[in-house]
Amino acid sequence: MWFKATESCNCIEPQWPADELLVKYQYISDFFIALAYFSIPLELIYFVKKSAVFPYRWVLVQFGAFIVLCGATHLINLWTFTVHTRTVAMVMTAAKVLTAVVSCATALMLVHIIPDLLSVKTRELFLKNKAAELDREMGLIRTQEETGRHVRMLTHEIRSTLDRHTILKTTLIELGRTLALEECALWMPTRTGLELQLAYTLRQQNPVGYTVPIHLPVINQVFSSNRAVKISPNCPVARLRPHTGKYLPGEVVAVRVPLLNLSNFQIYDWPEVSTRSYALMVLMLPSDSARQWHVHELELVEVVADQINRLHFDGVGYVAVALSHAAILEESMRARNLLIEQNVALDLARREAETAIHARNDFLAVMNHEMRTPMHAIIALSSLLQETELTAEQRLMVETILKSSNLLATLINDVLDLSRLEDGSLQLETTTFSLHSVFREVLNLIKPVASVKRLSLTLHLASDLPVYAVGDEKRLMQTILNVVGNAVKFSKEGSISITAIVAKPESFKDARIPEFLPVPSDSHFYLRVQVNDSGSGINPQDIPKLFTKFAQSQAVQTKGPAGSGLGLAICRRFVNLMEGHIWIESEGIGKGCTVTFIVKLGIPDRPNESKLAFAPKVPGNHVSTNFGGLKVLVMDDNGVNRSVTKGLLLHLGCDVTTAGSSEECLRIISPEHRVVFMDVCTGLDGYELAIRIQEKFKKRQDRPLIVALTGNTNRVTKENCMRVGMDGLILKPVSVDKMRGVLSELLEHRVLFEAI
Amino acid sequence: MDVVTQMQRQLIQYTSSLFQEGFLDDQFNQLQQLQDESNPEFVVEVVTLFFEDAERLLNELSKSLQVEQESIDFRRVDAHVHQLKGSSSSIGAQRVQRVCIAFRNFCEQQNVEGCLKSLQEIKQEYSLVKTKLETLFKMEKQLFAARGSISR
Repeated sequence: MWFKATESCNCIEPQWPADELLVKYQYISDFFIALAYFSIPLELIYFVKKSAVFPYRWVLVQFGAFIVLCGATHLINLWTFTVHTRTVAMVMTAAKVLTAVVSCATALMLVHIIPDLLSVKTRELFLKNKAAELDREMGLIRTQEETGRHVRMLTHEIRSTLDRHTILKTTLIELGRTLALEECALWMPTRTGLELQLAYTLRQQNPVGYTVPIHLPVINQVFSSNRAVKISPNCPVARLRPHTGKYLPGEVVAVRVPLLNLSNFQIYDWPEVSTRSYALMVLMLPSDSARQWHVHELELVEVVADQINRLHFDGVGYVAVALSHAAILEESMRARNLLIEQNVALDLARREAETAIHARNDFLAVMNHEMRTPMHAIIALSSLLQETELTAEQRLMVETILKSSNLLATLINDVLDLSRLEDGSLQLETTTFSLHSVFREVLNLIKPVASVKRLSLTLHLASDLPVYAVGDEKRLMQTILNVVGNAVKFSKEGSISITAIVAKPESFKDARIPEFLPVPSDSHFYLRVQVNDSGSGINPQDIPKLFTKFAQSQAVQTKGPAGSGLGLAICRRFVNLMEGHIWIESEGIGKGCTVTFIVKLGIPDRPNESKLAFAPKVPGNHVSTNFGGLKVLVMDDNGVNRSVTKGLLLHLGCDVTTAGSSEECLRIISPEHRVVFMDVCTGLDGYELAIRIQEKFKKRQDRPLIVALTGNTNRVTKENCMRVGMDGLILKPVSVDKMRGVLSELLEHRVLFEAI
Repeated sequence: MDVVTQMQRQLIQYTSSLFQEGFLDDQFNQLQQLQDESNPEFVVEVVTLFFEDAERLLNELSKSLQVEQESIDFRRVDAHVHQLKGSSSSIGAQRVQRVCIAFRNFCEQQNVEGCLKSLQEIKQEYSLVKTKLETLFKMEKQLFAARGSISR
């Protein structure tokens, strides 16, 4: 608008006349604009005050200012339609200017604010969606929990009984209660499998036997899936009660219930659900209610239907397993009791046997003494009687008495011995004894008897037989005596030879004793004794009986004095105790007989031997000291020297073996050789041999002492000998006295290096 | 009885002469000491062995030294002589032993002439001692036959 200022009243006249219609309309509009503009902030203030949350207060202030000023502008504009003073125009201008400023500011500010406001809106929308989602999930969980709770409840109820009938009934009742059903029914397949029979219902106590054919389409539909299927209330399976309600009957749902036959049931083999027969469960919601089957309810029904039979079978299964376990337990209890009884019985038997043995031993001991005393008296007095004056008849009688009593005494001894052998209470008494003296004594004992019968008796002891042995001397002598005694007894003429040798492993592979495989060792040897006689012989058929107690062959009985038959049995026992073997050979009657036995004896320790062999140093004495069969080995490639050294050592009583070369020496050397004399005049051969000997014997105690014999009187030789580990060195020529001294020294100190 | 005593005296005299002349030394005594009931022929056995051994060795020596001078194997010769020395010292054949020692020296020096000379000497000494010992044994046998055993 453009104002024309008048000169008179300093007033401004409006452009247009005040009565113009247009101006009038403008005037009214301005008025209303002003009104509106003033009321808007008021409304804003009112509502902002009401809402608790509004982040942009100062925006409102700004906006309010803007509005207010706009309103003010338009209000003041009202006065400009008529003549108005300059002041009014100025106020008007001021207002306009302010308005302009504020509105521009507001416009600028809104550029920032509006995107924020918009985003707030977006967030609000997002949160709303999220809240809706959570709500849904909550709903799901709740339904699941409900279902689970119901199933547990049902399971509990069902498990509390094993009766199928009760289970099913309980299921129906529980389901009915949980889901608030009007009716719940169970249709079971008949035995023919062609129809479904109404088996249980919730409300009706005794359902009349309704049946429906099984192949109805609706039933097939339900059976074909494991879900609860909504069916029409009008289908035959659902029409259970007369329709009473005014409105529509409630929704009906049917579900299949898999049936597991008890006959399929095996303890450790749960049958799969792929069975053919199903039952049908029909559930009806109350009519006249607007209830509908909810998803979670359907799920509940499905789960329950699936579980019913399984639960039943679970329960039955557990019981069956428990029963079988009980059966096994009972069985094992019975077995245990049986074992206990047997143990008790065995224990009793053992104690009885022990008592019996003790009693027998006591008896034998007593009887032994009691029997021997009178025997001695008889024998002694009869012998005395023999010395007196007797008639021929009387003498004969006395001799018979003596003979009989001697026999009886022998029998008593034998019986006692054998009984001790039998019950294993006999133990060998092991001592070191002289083997040679045992044989000599036997010979001495037998010689008188043999010479009376004009039998020649020869003894041959092998040269390698140890002089001393470790074993039971008394029993060995008893055995040899018995065998030789038998030989003498059963020979009327001819000769008896006794041979004793050390049994070599090769000789063990006797065809006669295939099971006997003894193993000689360094501490034991096997003594083989053979007694040949040229006596009456034995029928080969009778030989096996010989070692059995009391058995006798006819031939023996008619000739000569009869033995009690125990002798050989006892011998065999002794020989067995000595880990040996005894056997008899005979070519027949009149052809003599050979008894051979092998026993295991120990070799006495070296300390014993060297003690026995130790000769006191006798200077210049012509008495040759016996080194007791000390085994030595002489190695010399010069025949003459060898013989001389051998003769020297033989003279001193050693058991000498000779070797003409290093190889031969190594071949024949054994732990039995206590000293090796080797000639070292022939170059390095002797030293090499010494080393090889030391290698051969791992333990220093086992190996023989190595002594060098040399004519070399130089220090080098002595040093060489010491270096290779020899135990001694002696200078040739060696006299008898010197050798004697050397041997004694060696055996005592195990080393001797002669001063050069 | 007189014959026996005479024989005895002769034997003793003969034996002493052998010792005095150096044919035998104390080692022979030792050998005689080793003879006992368990070994009645010991001395004769050993001496016989010696004779056999010595003869063999002397043959070997002759053969070894008869070849060309340049191709003499002195080591081999020495070995043989060493053997002979050993045997002779074992039975107490002193003079033989001594020659052997000299022989060995010549071998060391590779003195052919000396070796040949020594060989001759050994042969001589050997035959001497052999004859003497054989005589000795014969006398012993005769005496033994005449009377029980000689007292030593």
